[in-house]
Amino acid sequence: MTASSAVEPGAGAPGPAPAGGEAQQQLGGGLTMQLVRVFVENRLAVVGLAIIAFAILFCWVGPLFYHTNQTDTQKALLNSIQNAAPSGAHPLGTDASGFDLLGRIMYGGQISLEVGFAAAGIATIVGVLVGAVSGFFGRAIDAVLMRFVDVLLSVPILYLLIVLAVIFTPSVKILILVIGFTAWLVPARLVRGETLSLRVREFVQAVRVMGGGGPRIVLRHIIPNTIGTIIVNATFQVADAILLLAALGFIGLGVPSPQTDWGSMLSNGVNYAFDGYWWEIYPTGLAIVLVVVAFNFVGDALRDAFEVRLQRR
Amino acid sequence: MTGYLIRRIAQAIVVVLGVILLTFLLGHIIPGGAARAALGQRATPSALAQFNHEHHYDEPIWNQFWLYTWGIIRHFDLGFSYRNNQSVVSLIRERIPKTLVLVGLSTVFALLVAVPLGILQVVRRNKPVDYLLTGASFVGYSMPAFLLGQLLILYFAIDLHWFEFEAPQSSSVAGILADPRGWILPVFSLSAITIAGFSRYMRSSMMETLTEDYIRTARAKGASPSRVLFRHALRNALIPIITLLGLTLPAIVGGAIITETVFNYPGMGLLTTNAATQNDVPLLLGTTFIAAIATVVGNLIADILYAVVDPRVRYA
Repeated sequence: MTASSAVEPGAGAPGPAPAGGEAQQQLGGGLTMQLVRVFVENRLAVVGLAIIAFAILFCWVGPLFYHTNQTDTQKALLNSIQNAAPSGAHPLGTDASGFDLLGRIMYGGQISLEVGFAAAGIATIVGVLVGAVSGFFGRAIDAVLMRFVDVLLSVPILYLLIVLAVIFTPSVKILILVIGFTAWLVPARLVRGETLSLRVREFVQAVRVMGGGGPRIVLRHIIPNTIGTIIVNATFQVADAILLLAALGFIGLGVPSPQTDWGSMLSNGVNYAFDGYWWEIYPTGLAIVLVVVAFNFVGDALRDAFEVRLQRR
Repeated sequence: MTGYLIRRIAQAIVVVLGVILLTFLLGHIIPGGAARAALGQRATPSALAQFNHEHHYDEPIWNQFWLYTWGIIRHFDLGFSYRNNQSVVSLIRERIPKTLVLVGLSTVFALLVAVPLGILQVVRRNKPVDYLLTGASFVGYSMPAFLLGQLLILYFAIDLHWFEFEAPQSSSVAGILADPRGWILPVFSLSAITIAGFSRYMRSSMMETLTEDYIRTARAKGASPSRVLFRHALRNALIPIITLLGLTLPAIVGGAIITETVFNYPGMGLLTTNAATQNDVPLLLGTTFIAAIATVVGNLIADILYAVVDPRVRYA
């Protein structure tokens, strides 16, 4: 059993019913190919992956072709009109500082995605290690680590994030660390749960008999067997991290100006909602929603893919 | 049941002690120390030393922790907000009921909407309605909460004038409740995130229940489809929702920060945002502590409810 009980598979998948699975089984193919096949059959997942690929290209390759000033506040204030409506010179208009918004979505997207990926990476690595160690060694280690997780899980993550972001002045690096170190709890619990059932399996006994020590069993045998859960959760972590960064940006604890992220841009934009400056809200809002939805689509499809694999074993 | 209750309450007490330790440690990792944060950058060394002495910061850390814990247990002393020149408890006290009202109303609202939606999706599974609702819950889940709140204000308050653009500013809970035009939008906005999660969970829980043997038995007896759905499946499918409620509570309490800020709702979340912009760490730690306690208590209630509804849990 993986994380499945939490949320239902996405729209494209007919639920966990094994009806489709048996037909595919006869098609054969390697494990990886089976995974890929299940994944590709889920059209939403392919759409999600395409959106993510496009977003990455747009944010990092886009600026190579579409040159705008995004770092020099003085120059932006002098050279362009603030809060200008979309025009030939500025296809998506400008913001309150005079920055070109199309270029700013690329620039802010770089930071949003960077924080999303990096924080999810940290959360996953820490969570997997803590979960596997806790589940494998059990006893006192498990009791202490899991009470620690219980305590942190009982603090609403946004509260913890705000405290940490206020104590350590926000920068991109600090935000990555802060979000990463508040988000590892869920993967830790998931991996611990799987480890508990894996550690009594025969193959682990076999490694022990052959003289494999604790660290080797955890790193080479337990963790690789939880890879499905890990990857699925990591995908959702990226989406969550982007949203958490946006929430911090709204409270004023986002990346410091003139740097920006989608959340900070959006929260600057909504300040002008009553003035009718729609171009400061909708394009950025669409970017955030699309990318977060895309990661959720992909995560859902990956879960289906791994679950089908699990059913087949 | 008594044994289960005692075990579960003891567990909650351990977590509360852990939360006390956590807020204590967070208060001690402020770069430059609490004295510097309270007195400012230009404080003289003697003033800093005096501050540290008065607040026992010069004592061994274990003594400090003991004093801190005892202060909370005995006097409910959560520290002093130097920015507001007021004790943290006095700042938080009147705001807690307001946040509880917001969190409570939106949780109830989310359930009232999500459960029927989940059932509808099961009845019409893999039909257009199912896809549409699944898509909508994806978008609902993926939208930054403050964006949703702001858009609601734009359309329903500014354009259509159906609701107020700001939450009721009354100082009493009754005064707030008396003004639905003010609280409907905040409540809806806060529940939007959880409606998505709840309805998806309801859908899968219902699907799983429908594969159970007793459902087949009920059908074999000749029970009508609606009787099977509502009498046999729904009641059992609702049980895991109790656990989900407990698990989602931190997200709702945390989400209230954003909602209260967007709607200028005078609860603990808005207080937290203001504390964050003022760098008021003692106040932040106070609201964090209260929020954590609220989720611990909420989880405890959810677990006890679960044991009442599903007796198997008690013996696990």
